[in-house]
Amino acid sequence: MIEKREILQTMHMIQQENFDIRTITLGINLLDCSDRDANRCAERVYEKICRTARDLVKTGEEIETELGIPIVNKRISVTPISLICQDDPRPIALALDRAAAEVGVNFLGGYSALMHKGATLADERLLASIPEVLSETKFLCSSVNVASTRAGINMNAVKEMGEIIKRTAELTADQDGLGCAKLVVFANAVEDNPFMAGAFCGVGEPECAINVGVSGPGVVKVALEHVKGMPFDVVAETIKRTAFKITRVGQLVAKEASKRMNIPFGIVDLSLAPTPARGDSVAHILTEMGLLNAGAPGTTAALALLNDAVKKGGIMASNHVGGLSGAFIPVSEDIGMIEAVSAGALTLEKLEAMTCVCSVGLDMIAIPGDTSAATISGIIADEAAIGMINNKTTAVRLIPAVGKKAGDLVEFGGLLGRAPVMSVNTQDNSEFIARGGRIPAPVHSMRN
Amino acid sequence: MKKALISVTGLDTTGIIARVAMKLYELNINILDITQTILGGYFTMMMVVDLDGAEKSFEEINLELEPVREELKMSIHMQRMDIFDAMHRI
Repeated sequence: MIEKREILQTMHMIQQENFDIRTITLGINLLDCSDRDANRCAERVYEKICRTARDLVKTGEEIETELGIPIVNKRISVTPISLICQDDPRPIALALDRAAAEVGVNFLGGYSALMHKGATLADERLLASIPEVLSETKFLCSSVNVASTRAGINMNAVKEMGEIIKRTAELTADQDGLGCAKLVVFANAVEDNPFMAGAFCGVGEPECAINVGVSGPGVVKVALEHVKGMPFDVVAETIKRTAFKITRVGQLVAKEASKRMNIPFGIVDLSLAPTPARGDSVAHILTEMGLLNAGAPGTTAALALLNDAVKKGGIMASNHVGGLSGAFIPVSEDIGMIEAVSAGALTLEKLEAMTCVCSVGLDMIAIPGDTSAATISGIIADEAAIGMINNKTTAVRLIPAVGKKAGDLVEFGGLLGRAPVMSVNTQDNSEFIARGGRIPAPVHSMRN
Repeated sequence: MKKALISVTGLDTTGIIARVAMKLYELNINILDITQTILGGYFTMMMVVDLDGAEKSFEEINLELEPVREELKMSIHMQRMDIFDAMHRI
Protein backbone atom coordinates (compact mmCIF):
# COMPACT_ATOMS: atom_id res chain seq x y z
CA MET A 1 0.00 0.00 0.00
CA ILE A 2 1.22 3.47 -0.83
CA GLU A 3 1.91 5.56 2.24
CA LYS A 4 0.17 8.85 2.96
CA ARG A 5 3.41 10.85 2.81
CA GLU A 6 4.13 9.42 -0.65
CA ILE A 7 0.70 10.46 -1.90
CA LEU A 8 1.20 13.92 -0.44
CA GLN A 9 4.63 14.21 -2.02
CA THR A 10 3.26 13.43 -5.49
CA MET A 11 0.35 15.83 -5.03
CA HIS A 12 2.68 18.53 -3.79
CA MET A 13 4.96 18.08 -6.81
CA ILE A 14 2.03 18.56 -9.18
CA GLN A 15 0.17 21.31 -7.34
CA GLN A 16 3.01 23.38 -5.86
CA GLU A 17 6.16 22.54 -7.81
CA ASN A 18 4.88 22.71 -11.40
CA PHE A 19 5.52 19.05 -12.17
CA ASP A 20 3.89 18.22 -15.48
CA ILE A 21 4.26 16.14 -18.59
CA ARG A 22 5.50 18.71 -21.04
CA THR A 23 4.47 16.96 -24.21
CA ILE A 24 3.02 13.89 -25.86
CA THR A 25 4.42 14.05 -29.36
CA LEU A 26 3.13 11.71 -32.02
CA GLY A 27 5.79 10.95 -34.61
CA ILE A 28 4.26 10.25 -38.03
CA ASN A 29 6.26 8.86 -40.92
CA LEU A 30 5.27 10.60 -44.16
CA LEU A 31 7.57 8.78 -46.58
CA ASP A 32 4.58 7.03 -48.16
CA CYS A 33 3.02 10.42 -48.99
CA SER A 34 5.88 11.24 -51.32
CA ASP A 35 4.95 12.61 -54.74
CA ARG A 36 6.57 14.64 -57.52
CA ASP A 37 3.69 17.04 -57.43
CA ALA A 38 3.57 19.17 -54.27
CA ASN A 39 -0.21 19.60 -54.34
CA ARG A 40 -0.86 15.86 -54.53
CA CYS A 41 1.74 15.27 -51.83
CA ALA A 42 0.05 17.93 -49.68
CA GLU A 43 -3.31 16.17 -49.97
CA ARG A 44 -1.84 12.84 -48.86
CA VAL A 45 0.04 14.47 -46.00
CA TYR A 46 -3.10 16.20 -44.75
CA GLU A 47 -5.15 13.02 -44.93
CA LYS A 48 -2.54 10.87 -43.17
CA ILE A 49 -1.96 13.29 -40.32
CA CYS A 50 -5.68 13.82 -39.70
CA ARG A 51 -6.27 10.07 -39.75
CA THR A 52 -3.34 9.06 -37.53
CA ALA A 53 -3.58 11.90 -35.00
CA ARG A 54 -7.38 12.02 -34.82
CA ASP A 55 -7.50 10.90 -31.18
CA LEU A 56 -4.24 12.42 -29.94
CA VAL A 57 -5.63 15.46 -28.12
CA LYS A 58 -8.64 13.61 -26.71
CA THR A 59 -6.44 10.75 -25.45
CA GLY A 60 -4.02 13.21 -23.86
CA GLU A 61 -6.87 14.96 -22.08
CA GLU A 62 -8.32 11.68 -20.79
CA ILE A 63 -4.98 10.59 -19.35
CA GLU A 64 -4.53 14.03 -17.83
CA THR A 65 -7.87 13.76 -16.01
CA GLU A 66 -7.45 10.18 -14.84
CA LEU A 67 -3.90 10.47 -13.56
CA GLY A 68 -4.38 14.00 -12.27
CA ILE A 69 -1.26 15.39 -13.91
CA PRO A 70 -1.24 18.19 -16.49
CA ILE A 71 -0.10 17.20 -19.98
CA VAL A 72 0.74 20.64 -21.27
CA ASN A 73 1.21 20.02 -24.97
CA LYS A 74 0.01 17.54 -27.55
CA ARG A 75 2.15 17.74 -30.66
CA ILE A 76 3.10 16.05 -33.89
CA SER A 77 6.45 15.46 -35.54
CA VAL A 78 6.71 14.34 -39.16
CA THR A 79 9.33 13.10 -41.61
CA PRO A 80 11.57 15.96 -42.82
CA ILE A 81 9.55 17.45 -45.64
CA SER A 82 12.55 17.79 -47.97
CA LEU A 83 12.59 13.97 -48.12
CA ILE A 84 9.08 13.61 -49.49
CA CYS A 85 8.88 16.21 -52.25
CA GLN A 86 11.29 17.65 -54.82
CA ASP A 87 8.79 20.28 -55.87
CA ASP A 88 8.28 23.71 -54.26
CA PRO A 89 7.17 22.56 -50.76
CA ARG A 90 4.96 25.54 -49.88
CA PRO A 91 1.62 23.77 -50.53
CA ILE A 92 2.78 21.03 -48.14
CA ALA A 93 3.60 23.62 -45.49
CA LEU A 94 0.09 25.00 -45.69
CA ALA A 95 -1.40 21.49 -45.58
CA LEU A 96 0.66 20.68 -42.44
CA ASP A 97 -0.57 23.84 -40.76
CA ARG A 98 -4.19 23.02 -41.65
CA ALA A 99 -3.78 19.45 -40.39
CA ALA A 100 -2.35 20.69 -37.08
CA ALA A 101 -5.33 23.01 -36.65
CA GLU A 102 -7.74 20.23 -37.57
CA VAL A 103 -6.47 17.74 -34.97
CA GLY A 104 -5.97 20.47 -32.35
CA VAL A 105 -2.24 20.20 -31.61
CA ASN A 106 -0.34 23.36 -30.70
CA PHE A 107 2.80 22.70 -32.79
CA LEU A 108 3.80 20.44 -35.65
CA GLY A 109 7.52 19.91 -36.31
CA GLY A 110 9.27 18.56 -39.35
CA TYR A 111 9.44 21.32 -41.91
CA SER A 112 13.02 20.20 -41.99
CA ALA A 113 16.05 19.34 -44.06
CA LEU A 114 18.98 17.09 -43.18
CA MET A 115 21.96 18.52 -44.98
CA HIS A 116 24.96 17.87 -42.74
CA LYS A 117 26.95 16.55 -45.68
CA GLY A 118 25.34 18.39 -48.54
CA ALA A 119 22.08 19.64 -50.02
CA THR A 120 19.67 18.03 -52.45
CA LEU A 121 17.57 20.13 -54.76
CA ALA A 122 14.65 19.52 -52.39
CA ASP A 123 16.72 20.71 -49.42
CA GLU A 124 17.56 23.93 -51.26
CA ARG A 125 13.93 24.55 -52.15
CA LEU A 126 12.80 23.91 -48.60
CA LEU A 127 15.46 26.23 -47.16
CA ALA A 128 14.52 29.03 -49.54
CA SER A 129 10.87 28.75 -48.47
CA ILE A 130 11.46 28.79 -44.67
CA PRO A 131 11.18 32.57 -44.00
CA GLU A 132 7.94 32.92 -45.94
CA VAL A 133 6.46 29.68 -44.58
CA LEU A 134 7.18 30.56 -40.95
CA SER A 135 5.61 33.98 -41.41
CA GLU A 136 2.48 32.53 -43.03
CA THR A 137 1.82 29.48 -40.84
CA LYS A 138 0.84 29.30 -37.20
CA PHE A 139 1.71 25.82 -35.94
CA LEU A 140 4.58 24.75 -38.13
CA CYS A 141 8.13 24.38 -36.78
CA SER A 142 11.24 24.09 -38.88
CA SER A 143 14.69 22.62 -38.30
CA VAL A 144 17.80 22.15 -40.38
CA ASN A 145 20.66 19.80 -39.53
CA VAL A 146 23.91 21.35 -40.74
CA ALA A 147 26.52 19.17 -39.05
CA SER A 148 27.20 15.76 -37.55
CA THR A 149 30.10 13.99 -35.91
CA ARG A 150 30.16 11.49 -38.79
CA ALA A 151 29.91 14.01 -41.64
CA GLY A 152 31.52 17.21 -40.36
CA ILE A 153 30.05 20.68 -40.81
CA ASN A 154 28.36 21.78 -44.02
CA MET A 155 29.59 25.37 -44.08
CA ASN A 156 27.48 26.22 -47.14
CA ALA A 157 24.38 25.40 -45.12
CA VAL A 158 25.77 27.33 -42.12
CA LYS A 159 26.21 30.38 -44.34
CA GLU A 160 22.71 30.06 -45.76
CA MET A 161 21.09 29.61 -42.35
CA GLY A 162 22.52 32.94 -41.14
CA GLU A 163 20.72 34.65 -44.02
CA ILE A 164 17.52 32.64 -43.53
CA ILE A 165 17.33 33.52 -39.84
CA LYS A 166 17.74 37.22 -40.71
CA ARG A 167 15.05 37.03 -43.39
CA THR A 168 12.65 35.13 -41.11
CA ALA A 169 13.09 37.78 -38.42
CA GLU A 170 12.37 40.55 -40.93
CA LEU A 171 9.20 38.87 -42.20
CA THR A 172 7.89 38.43 -38.65
CA ALA A 173 9.24 41.74 -37.32
CA ASP A 174 5.76 42.84 -36.22
CA GLN A 175 5.77 39.90 -33.76
CA ASP A 176 9.31 40.55 -32.46
CA GLY A 177 10.73 37.94 -34.85
CA LEU A 178 8.46 35.12 -33.67
CA GLY A 179 9.20 33.12 -36.83
CA CYS A 180 12.75 32.54 -35.57
CA ALA A 181 11.38 30.96 -32.37
CA LYS A 182 10.07 28.20 -34.63
CA LEU A 183 13.39 27.61 -36.42
CA VAL A 184 16.28 25.51 -35.08
CA VAL A 185 19.69 24.86 -36.62
CA PHE A 186 21.10 21.54 -35.41
CA ALA A 187 24.28 19.56 -35.24
CA ASN A 188 23.69 15.84 -34.61
CA ALA A 189 19.90 16.25 -34.67
CA VAL A 190 18.05 13.32 -33.10
CA GLU A 191 15.27 11.39 -34.83
CA ASP A 192 12.87 10.95 -31.92
CA ASN A 193 12.94 14.34 -30.17
CA PRO A 194 9.48 15.21 -28.82
CA PHE A 195 10.34 18.85 -28.03
CA MET A 196 9.71 21.79 -30.30
CA ALA A 197 10.82 23.57 -32.32
CA GLY A 198 13.32 20.86 -33.29
CA ALA A 199 11.09 17.77 -33.40
CA PHE A 200 10.93 15.69 -36.55
CA CYS A 201 10.29 12.01 -37.24
CA GLY A 202 13.56 10.52 -38.48
CA VAL A 203 13.88 8.08 -41.37
CA GLY A 204 14.76 5.23 -39.00
CA GLU A 205 11.51 5.68 -37.09
CA PRO A 206 8.52 3.32 -37.41
CA GLU A 207 5.26 4.19 -39.14
CA CYS A 208 4.27 6.18 -36.06
CA ALA A 209 5.35 6.37 -32.42
CA ILE A 210 4.41 8.02 -29.14
CA ASN A 211 7.27 10.04 -27.66
CA VAL A 212 6.87 11.77 -24.32
CA GLY A 213 8.81 14.68 -22.85
CA VAL A 214 8.71 15.10 -19.08
CA SER A 215 9.52 18.21 -17.14
CA GLY A 216 9.85 19.34 -13.58
CA PRO A 217 12.75 21.73 -12.89
CA GLY A 218 10.64 23.08 -9.99
CA VAL A 219 10.57 19.65 -8.37
CA VAL A 220 14.36 19.30 -8.56
CA LYS A 221 14.82 22.82 -7.16
CA VAL A 222 12.57 22.12 -4.17
CA ALA A 223 14.34 18.79 -3.52
CA LEU A 224 17.65 20.66 -3.39
CA GLU A 225 16.25 23.17 -0.90
CA HIS A 226 16.26 20.30 1.62
CA VAL A 227 20.01 19.66 1.22
CA LYS A 228 21.30 23.21 1.58
CA GLY A 229 25.05 23.40 2.27
CA MET A 230 25.62 19.67 1.81
CA PRO A 231 28.40 18.31 -0.43
CA PHE A 232 27.89 17.68 -4.13
CA ASP A 233 27.66 13.91 -3.63
CA VAL A 234 24.39 14.57 -1.81
CA VAL A 235 23.26 17.07 -4.45
CA ALA A 236 23.81 14.55 -7.26
CA GLU A 237 22.05 11.78 -5.35
CA THR A 238 19.05 14.04 -4.61
CA ILE A 239 18.71 15.00 -8.28
CA LYS A 240 18.97 11.34 -9.36
CA ARG A 241 16.20 10.26 -7.01
CA THR A 242 13.94 13.10 -8.14
CA ALA A 243 14.62 12.48 -11.83
CA PHE A 244 13.73 8.81 -11.32
CA LYS A 245 10.32 9.68 -9.88
CA ILE A 246 9.56 12.24 -12.59
CA THR A 247 10.55 9.87 -15.37
CA ARG A 248 8.46 7.00 -13.98
CA VAL A 249 5.37 9.17 -14.46
CA GLY A 250 6.51 10.02 -18.00
CA GLN A 251 6.84 6.32 -18.73
CA LEU A 252 3.36 5.66 -17.32
CA VAL A 253 1.81 8.39 -19.49
CA ALA A 254 3.67 7.15 -22.58
CA LYS A 255 2.50 3.58 -22.03
CA GLU A 256 -1.10 4.68 -21.44
CA ALA A 257 -1.15 6.84 -24.57
CA SER A 258 0.43 4.06 -26.60
CA LYS A 259 -2.13 1.50 -25.38
CA ARG A 260 -5.15 3.73 -25.93
CA MET A 261 -4.14 4.89 -29.40
CA ASN A 262 -2.73 1.53 -30.42
CA ILE A 263 0.46 3.24 -31.52
CA PRO A 264 3.88 1.92 -30.41
CA PHE A 265 5.68 3.62 -27.54
CA GLY A 266 8.85 5.29 -28.79
CA ILE A 267 10.83 6.98 -26.06
CA VAL A 268 10.68 9.12 -22.96
CA ASP A 269 12.82 12.25 -23.22
CA LEU A 270 14.29 13.05 -19.80
CA SER A 271 14.89 16.72 -20.47
CA LEU A 272 14.22 19.23 -17.73
CA ALA A 273 12.31 21.84 -19.69
CA PRO A 274 11.62 25.19 -18.03
CA THR A 275 8.75 27.61 -18.61
CA PRO A 276 8.69 31.34 -17.91
CA ALA A 277 6.60 30.66 -14.77
CA ARG A 278 8.23 31.20 -11.39
CA GLY A 279 9.08 27.85 -9.80
CA ASP A 280 9.68 26.20 -13.17
CA SER A 281 13.24 27.30 -13.90
CA VAL A 282 16.41 25.32 -14.66
CA ALA A 283 18.51 28.40 -13.83
CA HIS A 284 17.06 28.39 -10.31
CA ILE A 285 18.34 24.83 -9.79
CA LEU A 286 21.80 26.22 -10.48
CA THR A 287 21.32 29.14 -8.09
CA GLU A 288 20.00 26.70 -5.46
CA MET A 289 23.42 25.02 -5.63
CA GLY A 290 24.93 28.27 -4.34
CA LEU A 291 25.34 30.65 -7.27
CA LEU A 292 23.92 34.17 -7.08
CA ASN A 293 22.84 33.97 -10.73
CA ALA A 294 23.20 31.57 -13.63
CA GLY A 295 26.40 32.69 -15.33
CA ALA A 296 28.46 33.07 -12.14
CA PRO A 297 31.78 31.13 -12.12
CA GLY A 298 30.84 27.53 -11.34
CA THR A 299 27.74 27.57 -13.57
CA THR A 300 29.14 25.16 -16.16
CA ALA A 301 30.14 22.67 -13.44
CA ALA A 302 26.73 22.97 -11.78
CA LEU A 303 24.98 22.35 -15.10
CA ALA A 304 27.24 19.38 -15.90
CA LEU A 305 26.33 17.78 -12.57
CA LEU A 306 22.63 18.46 -13.09
CA ASN A 307 22.58 17.10 -16.62
CA ASP A 308 24.41 13.92 -15.68
CA ALA A 309 22.38 13.23 -12.54
CA VAL A 310 19.10 13.70 -14.42
CA LYS A 311 20.21 11.06 -16.94
CA LYS A 312 21.42 8.62 -14.31
CA GLY A 313 18.16 8.87 -12.40
CA GLY A 314 15.92 8.87 -15.44
CA ILE A 315 17.55 6.09 -17.39
CA MET A 316 16.52 3.47 -14.81
CA ALA A 317 12.92 4.64 -14.86
CA SER A 318 12.03 4.07 -18.50
CA ASN A 319 12.37 1.14 -20.92
CA HIS A 320 13.45 3.47 -23.70
CA VAL A 321 15.11 6.78 -23.12
CA GLY A 322 15.76 8.98 -26.12
CA GLY A 323 15.27 12.38 -27.66
CA LEU A 324 17.51 15.07 -26.28
CA SER A 325 17.45 13.98 -22.63
CA GLY A 326 19.31 16.60 -20.66
CA ALA A 327 18.67 20.04 -19.24
CA PHE A 328 17.39 22.80 -21.51
CA ILE A 329 18.71 26.31 -21.05
CA PRO A 330 16.52 28.53 -23.22
CA VAL A 331 16.82 32.16 -22.20
CA SER A 332 13.36 33.58 -22.91
CA GLU A 333 11.55 30.51 -21.53
CA ASP A 334 13.22 30.49 -18.11
CA ILE A 335 12.61 33.19 -15.51
CA GLY A 336 15.99 32.53 -13.87
CA MET A 337 17.83 32.91 -17.17
CA ILE A 338 15.95 36.15 -17.93
CA GLU A 339 16.92 37.48 -14.49
CA ALA A 340 20.56 36.46 -15.03
CA VAL A 341 20.76 38.24 -18.38
CA SER A 342 19.02 41.34 -17.00
CA ALA A 343 21.49 41.42 -14.07
CA GLY A 344 24.43 41.29 -16.49
CA ALA A 345 25.52 37.92 -15.07
CA LEU A 346 25.06 35.85 -18.20
CA THR A 347 26.66 36.45 -21.58
CA LEU A 348 26.37 34.68 -24.91
CA GLU A 349 29.89 33.32 -24.47
CA LYS A 350 29.03 31.79 -21.09
CA LEU A 351 25.92 30.25 -22.60
CA GLU A 352 28.11 28.74 -25.31
CA ALA A 353 30.29 27.15 -22.63
CA MET A 354 27.20 25.81 -20.89
CA THR A 355 26.03 24.13 -24.10
CA CYS A 356 29.14 21.92 -23.97
CA VAL A 357 27.70 20.06 -20.98
CA CYS A 358 23.95 19.99 -21.52
CA SER A 359 21.30 19.57 -24.14
CA VAL A 360 20.85 21.45 -26.32
CA GLY A 361 22.36 24.75 -27.30
CA LEU A 362 21.99 28.49 -27.71
CA ASP A 363 18.25 28.52 -27.33
CA MET A 364 15.65 31.29 -27.54
CA ILE A 365 18.18 34.09 -27.40
CA ALA A 366 17.19 37.52 -28.69
CA ILE A 367 20.05 39.38 -30.39
CA PRO A 368 20.22 42.91 -31.82
CA GLY A 369 18.29 43.29 -35.07
CA ASP A 370 21.30 44.72 -36.90
CA THR A 371 23.45 41.60 -36.27
CA SER A 372 24.88 40.53 -39.64
CA ALA A 373 24.04 37.22 -41.29
CA ALA A 374 27.75 36.33 -41.19
CA THR A 375 27.86 36.87 -37.42
CA ILE A 376 24.84 34.58 -36.97
CA SER A 377 26.49 32.00 -39.22
CA GLY A 378 29.66 32.26 -37.13
CA ILE A 379 27.68 31.56 -33.96
CA ILE A 380 26.06 28.57 -35.66
CA ALA A 381 29.46 27.26 -36.81
CA ASP A 382 30.89 27.50 -33.28
CA GLU A 383 27.93 25.69 -31.79
CA ALA A 384 28.03 23.02 -34.53
CA ALA A 385 31.74 22.51 -33.81
CA ILE A 386 30.95 21.84 -30.14
CA GLY A 387 28.36 19.27 -31.17
CA MET A 388 30.56 17.64 -33.80
CA ILE A 389 33.64 17.28 -31.61
CA ASN A 390 31.79 16.22 -28.46
CA ASN A 391 29.52 13.76 -30.24
CA LYS A 392 26.38 15.44 -28.91
CA THR A 393 23.42 17.37 -30.17
CA THR A 394 23.79 21.13 -30.24
CA ALA A 395 21.38 23.67 -31.64
CA VAL A 396 20.99 27.35 -32.30
CA ARG A 397 17.70 29.20 -32.02
CA LEU A 398 18.52 32.90 -32.24
CA ILE A 399 15.98 35.67 -32.70
CA PRO A 400 17.28 38.86 -34.28
CA ALA A 401 14.94 41.50 -32.82
CA VAL A 402 14.38 43.91 -35.70
CA GLY A 403 14.84 47.55 -34.67
CA LYS A 404 16.03 46.63 -31.17
CA LYS A 405 19.42 46.81 -29.49
CA ALA A 406 21.11 45.08 -26.55
CA GLY A 407 19.16 45.61 -23.32
CA ASP A 408 15.75 46.07 -24.99
CA LEU A 409 13.02 43.55 -24.21
CA VAL A 410 11.15 41.31 -26.66
CA GLU A 411 7.87 39.55 -25.84
CA PHE A 412 6.75 36.30 -27.47
CA GLY A 413 4.03 35.40 -25.00
CA GLY A 414 2.93 32.02 -23.63
CA LEU A 415 5.49 29.25 -23.26
CA LEU A 416 7.95 31.14 -25.47
CA GLY A 417 8.24 33.90 -22.88
CA ARG A 418 10.15 37.16 -23.13
CA ALA A 419 13.82 37.95 -23.47
CA PRO A 420 16.21 40.82 -22.95
CA VAL A 421 18.20 41.37 -26.17
CA MET A 422 21.76 40.11 -25.57
CA SER A 423 24.83 41.76 -26.99
CA VAL A 424 26.78 39.88 -29.63
CA ASN A 425 30.49 39.95 -30.51
CA THR A 426 30.46 41.79 -33.85
CA GLN A 427 34.12 41.29 -34.87
CA ASP A 428 34.12 40.84 -38.63
CA ASN A 429 34.07 37.17 -39.76
CA SER A 430 32.65 37.62 -43.25
CA GLU A 431 35.70 36.16 -45.05
CA PHE A 432 35.52 33.08 -42.83
CA ILE A 433 31.86 32.48 -43.59
CA ALA A 434 32.25 33.26 -47.31
CA ARG A 435 34.64 30.31 -47.76
CA GLY A 436 31.88 27.70 -47.76
CA GLY A 437 32.66 24.01 -48.31
CA ARG A 438 32.81 21.39 -45.58
CA ILE A 439 34.72 21.17 -42.34
CA PRO A 440 35.83 17.51 -42.34
CA ALA A 441 34.54 15.05 -39.76
CA PRO A 442 36.82 14.71 -36.73
CA VAL A 443 39.18 11.78 -36.40
CA HIS A 444 37.21 10.22 -33.56
CA SER A 445 34.20 9.78 -35.86
CA MET A 446 36.13 6.93 -37.54
CA ARG A 447 35.13 4.26 -35.10
CA ASN A 448 34.66 1.32 -37.45
CA MET B 1 -8.26 -3.97 -9.38
CA LYS B 2 -8.71 -0.43 -10.72
CA LYS B 3 -7.92 1.79 -7.75
CA ALA B 4 -8.26 5.54 -7.42
CA LEU B 5 -7.42 8.13 -4.81
CA ILE B 6 -10.08 10.63 -3.84
CA SER B 7 -8.72 13.62 -1.96
CA VAL B 8 -11.09 16.00 -0.22
CA THR B 9 -9.86 19.32 1.17
CA GLY B 10 -11.56 22.46 2.49
CA LEU B 11 -13.10 24.08 5.57
CA ASP B 12 -14.33 21.53 8.11
CA THR B 13 -18.06 21.03 8.53
CA THR B 14 -20.37 18.20 9.57
CA GLY B 15 -21.23 15.35 7.27
CA ILE B 16 -18.33 15.52 4.82
CA ILE B 17 -17.40 11.86 5.03
CA ALA B 18 -21.07 10.86 5.10
CA ARG B 19 -21.88 12.87 1.98
CA VAL B 20 -18.92 11.61 -0.02
CA ALA B 21 -19.38 8.01 1.14
CA MET B 22 -23.08 8.09 0.27
CA LYS B 23 -22.31 9.20 -3.27
CA LEU B 24 -19.70 6.46 -3.62
CA TYR B 25 -22.23 3.93 -2.34
CA GLU B 26 -24.72 5.09 -4.98
CA LEU B 27 -22.06 4.55 -7.64
CA ASN B 28 -21.18 1.10 -6.24
CA ILE B 29 -17.63 2.19 -5.44
CA ASN B 30 -16.01 0.34 -2.54
CA ILE B 31 -13.85 2.29 -0.06
CA LEU B 32 -10.58 0.48 0.69
CA ASP B 33 -8.86 2.95 2.99
CA ILE B 34 -9.51 6.34 4.59
CA THR B 35 -7.16 8.74 6.34
CA GLN B 36 -8.39 12.05 7.59
CA THR B 37 -6.99 14.97 9.62
CA ILE B 38 -8.04 18.47 10.63
CA LEU B 39 -5.40 21.17 10.83
CA GLY B 40 -6.47 24.66 11.93
CA GLY B 41 -10.08 24.05 10.87
CA TYR B 42 -8.91 22.71 7.53
CA PHE B 43 -10.22 19.28 6.61
CA THR B 44 -8.05 16.87 4.61
CA MET B 45 -9.16 13.39 3.66
CA MET B 46 -7.65 10.80 1.39
CA MET B 47 -9.71 7.80 0.32
CA VAL B 48 -8.45 4.86 -1.66
CA VAL B 49 -11.36 3.37 -3.59
CA ASP B 50 -11.96 0.42 -5.89
CA LEU B 51 -13.61 1.37 -9.18
CA ASP B 52 -14.09 -2.20 -10.43
CA GLY B 53 -17.71 -2.45 -9.29
CA ALA B 54 -18.74 0.90 -10.76
CA GLU B 55 -20.72 0.84 -13.97
CA LYS B 56 -19.84 4.40 -14.91
CA SER B 57 -16.60 5.51 -16.56
CA PHE B 58 -13.91 7.48 -14.77
CA GLU B 59 -15.07 10.68 -16.40
CA GLU B 60 -18.72 10.06 -15.53
CA ILE B 61 -17.85 9.35 -11.89
CA ASN B 62 -15.90 12.59 -11.80
CA LEU B 63 -18.99 14.42 -13.08
CA GLU B 64 -21.18 12.68 -10.47
CA LEU B 65 -18.92 14.14 -7.78
CA GLU B 66 -19.57 17.68 -9.03
CA PRO B 67 -22.81 18.27 -7.01
CA VAL B 68 -21.01 17.00 -3.88
CA ARG B 69 -18.20 19.48 -4.51
CA GLU B 70 -20.67 22.32 -4.84
CA GLU B 71 -22.78 21.32 -1.87
CA LEU B 72 -19.81 20.93 0.50
CA LYS B 73 -17.84 23.80 -1.11
CA MET B 74 -14.77 21.58 -0.98
CA SER B 75 -12.13 20.53 -3.43
CA ILE B 76 -12.68 16.89 -4.37
CA HIS B 77 -10.09 15.38 -6.63
CA MET B 78 -10.02 11.88 -8.04
CA GLN B 79 -7.00 10.31 -9.73
CA ARG B 80 -5.94 6.78 -10.52
CA MET B 81 -3.55 5.17 -8.02
CA ASP B 82 -1.24 4.17 -10.88
CA ILE B 83 0.54 7.53 -10.74
CA PHE B 84 1.56 6.96 -7.10
CA ASP B 85 2.56 3.36 -7.76
CA ALA B 86 4.66 4.43 -10.74
CA MET B 87 6.43 7.12 -8.77
CA HIS B 88 7.02 5.34 -5.46
CA ARG B 89 7.19 1.60 -6.20
CA ILE B 90 9.61 -0.28 -8.40
